[in-house]
Amino acid sequence: MAFKGIIEVDTQRCKGCSVCIANCPTKSIQLSKTVNSKGYHYAELTGDGCIGCSNCAVVCPDSVITVYRVKIQ
Amino acid sequence: MSISIEEIKKPENIIYRKPALLTDNVMHYCPGCSHGTVHKLVAEVIEDMGIQEQTIGVCPVGCSVFAYNYIDIDWQEAAHGRAPALATATKRLCPEKYVFTYQGDGDLASIGTAEIIHACGRGENIVVIFINNGIYGMTGGQMAPTTLIGMKTSTTPYGRDPKLNGFPLVIADMLAHLDGTAYITRQSVHTAPAARKAKAAIRKAFEYSQKGIGLSFVEIVSTCNSGWKMSPVDANKWMEENMFRKYPIGDIKDVLNTK
Amino acid sequence: MAEKILMKGNEAIAISAIRNGVDGYFGYPITPQSEVMETLMKEKPWETTGMVVLQAESETSSINMVYGGASCGKKVMTSSSSPGVSLMCEGISYMAGAELPCVVVDVMRGGPGLGTIQPSQSDYNQIVKGGGHGDYHNIVIAPASAQDMYDFIDWGFELAFKYRNPVVVLADGIIGQMMEKVELHPMKPRRTAEEILEAAPWATTGKPATRERNIITSLSLDADIQEKFNRKLKNKYDIIEETEVKFSEYLAGDAEYLFVAFGCSSRICEAVVDELRGEGIKAGLLRPITLYPFPTKEIARLGKQVKSMMSVELNLGQMVEDVRLAVAGSCPVHFYGRQGGNIFTPEEIVGEFKKANGLA
Repeated sequence: MAFKGIIEVDTQRCKGCSVCIANCPTKSIQLSKTVNSKGYHYAELTGDGCIGCSNCAVVCPDSVITVYRVKIQ
Repeated sequence: MSISIEEIKKPENIIYRKPALLTDNVMHYCPGCSHGTVHKLVAEVIEDMGIQEQTIGVCPVGCSVFAYNYIDIDWQEAAHGRAPALATATKRLCPEKYVFTYQGDGDLASIGTAEIIHACGRGENIVVIFINNGIYGMTGGQMAPTTLIGMKTSTTPYGRDPKLNGFPLVIADMLAHLDGTAYITRQSVHTAPAARKAKAAIRKAFEYSQKGIGLSFVEIVSTCNSGWKMSPVDANKWMEENMFRKYPIGDIKDVLNTK
Repeated sequence: MAEKILMKGNEAIAISAIRNGVDGYFGYPITPQSEVMETLMKEKPWETTGMVVLQAESETSSINMVYGGASCGKKVMTSSSSPGVSLMCEGISYMAGAELPCVVVDVMRGGPGLGTIQPSQSDYNQIVKGGGHGDYHNIVIAPASAQDMYDFIDWGFELAFKYRNPVVVLADGIIGQMMEKVELHPMKPRRTAEEILEAAPWATTGKPATRERNIITSLSLDADIQEKFNRKLKNKYDIIEETEVKFSEYLAGDAEYLFVAFGCSSRICEAVVDELRGEGIKAGLLRPITLYPFPTKEIARLGKQVKSMMSVELNLGQMVEDVRLAVAGSCPVHFYGRQGGNIFTPEEIVGEFKKANGLA
C-alpha cells in the first residue's frame, strides 16, 4: 500500500523553527524564500514526495500544519 | 498513478490538524519551543477523552503562565510553585473533575518543591505535567535546579559547577519513592514517535487520576533553544546527547503496570 | 430555643464553619489557634456535611489550597496566627488580585518574628493596610467574643462573596482561648452545584460549550489593563467603605472623653468607662467592628464632640494612626498599649487616661 499526501501550512502563524523539516522522512519540506508578516521564513511543501505521514504536524509546536492523505494503490 | 493536489486536498482526506481545543491565539513561545507541542498533546488528550467540561487546569509562573490562553478549558493561574496546592483543593472539593497542573522546572523543582512533594505524599488524584528544560526561560535563561553540570546559563556563565551551584535534582526519580504516586514517566516531544509516546503517557495519567490510586506525573524533557542559545533543531540534538543521559526517557513507576 | 454551648473562641470557629455550610478548611498548626483544626478533625464533618478538612504542609500551601478551592466557587477558609499569616500574605495578595472570596482567621500573637504565643493585636497594620504586595484591601472584621467568632464566619463569607474579596477575621489569643457561651444558629446546608453556578458564575467549574472558559488569574502584562483593573478594585473599595462600616458604641452619646478599641481591648475598655463614669467623668467607647472599612466618619464626628480620645491597643500604636487621620486634628488623640503578650487591666488604663488628660 502506498500513500500520497500534502501539507497545508498556516504561513502567517509559522515561526520557521524547522523542527518539521528535521522530522520529515522524505525531505519534502523547506523554508520559504519570502517571509511572513512577522518576518519568519515559513515551512512549505517541496517536490511531490510527501506521503502524508503527519510527523511534521505532530512535532509542530505551533500546530500550523494540516495533513491530507490519500491511498494511491 | 498521478493525482492532483486538488484531489488530495479535500476535507475527507484530512488526517491531522490542530485540535479544536487549542484556541486560535498565536502562542507567545519562541520558535521551536517544546511548550507548544506539549500544549497540543494535552489538548488532544482532553479532546479525545471528551472531558473538556470536566477538566480544570492549573498553570504556573514561568513561560507557560499563559497556558490558559491556548487550551479551551477552565484554568486557575497559581502563584510561583503553588500549583499542586491549588490542584489539591480543587480535586478534593470537586472529585469528579480531572485536575492537572502544568509546571516548569523553576516552578516545580525549585520554589515549589514543598508543594509537589506533599501533593505526591498525600497521593492527590491529580495529573502533573512537568516541563524540564534545565533553565529558567521566562526570566532570561538563569540556572534551574535541573541545569546540567557544566551547562552555561546567565547565572552560571562559566558552566554549572557543583562546588558553587550544587547538583541537578532528578525530580521524577525522587517522587517515584513516595507511596502516594501512581504513575511516573519521563518523555520528550522532539520527534514524532516521541511525541506520540508522550501523548499516550499523558492520556494514561489522566485516566489514572480518576482511579483513586494517587498522583500521576509526566515529565517532558524539553528544549529552551533561546535560553540554550541554539537553533531549535540543534537544541533537539543537544537534548538527545546531553539531557537524556541525566534524564533518561521511559516509565519510572506504574502501580498498575499496564502497557 | 437556640442551643447554647460553652466553648473556646477557636472551637466556635470550627463549629461555625461546619454549621454554616463551609465547603473546605485548609490549615497548619500554630499556637494559639490549633484548636480550630483539631476541633474540625474531631467533628469529622466530611461524614456529615461533606466539608473537606485538610492539614497542609505549610501556611503557604494552606492559603494556596484556599485559592484553588475559592477558584471553584466554594466557601473555603483557613486560620492561623501571626507568623503563619505572614507566610499567607503572598496568597492573600494573589486572591485579592484574582478577586477570589475566602475567609482567613488570624488569631494574633506577639511579634515581630517568632515573638510570643500570648495574645496581641500587633497584626493590625499587616492585615488592615495590606500585608501582601500591591494595591489591595482585605475586608477586616474584629470579633470580641466567642459568639462573635461563631457569627463572623458566616458574615465573613457573605461579605467575601458579595465583593469577591478576601475577608480576614482579626482575632487574638484571648478571644481564641477564652471559653464563653455560644448560641448556635440553625444549620445552613452547603451550596449545591446549581447554587454555586449562580453565586459564582466566574468560577472554574468546568467549561461547557455554552460559555467562554473561566480563567482565574491576577496577571496582566499591559500597564493600561493593570491600571484599569486597579481602578475597578478602587471602585469596589469605595462601595465597601460607603456601605459596610460597622461599629458599636458604649455611652458615647454624651461622652467628653472617648476610648477607641477593637477586639478584646474593647471589652476591657467597657470596664474602664464604667469606672470613670462612677467617678463622674463622662467617658465613652467606640469599638470598630470592621477595621477595613474603618469607621472614619463616626470617629470624625465624635472628634468634634469630645475633649480627647485614647486608642487602646495590644501593640505599640497601630490603629491610633487611623484614629488620628479620622479626627484630623479636631481633638488630641492619646495612645495606650501593652506588648509582647501582656494585657492591660482596667485600673492601669484608668491611670494612663488620667495622666494623659491632666486629671490625675
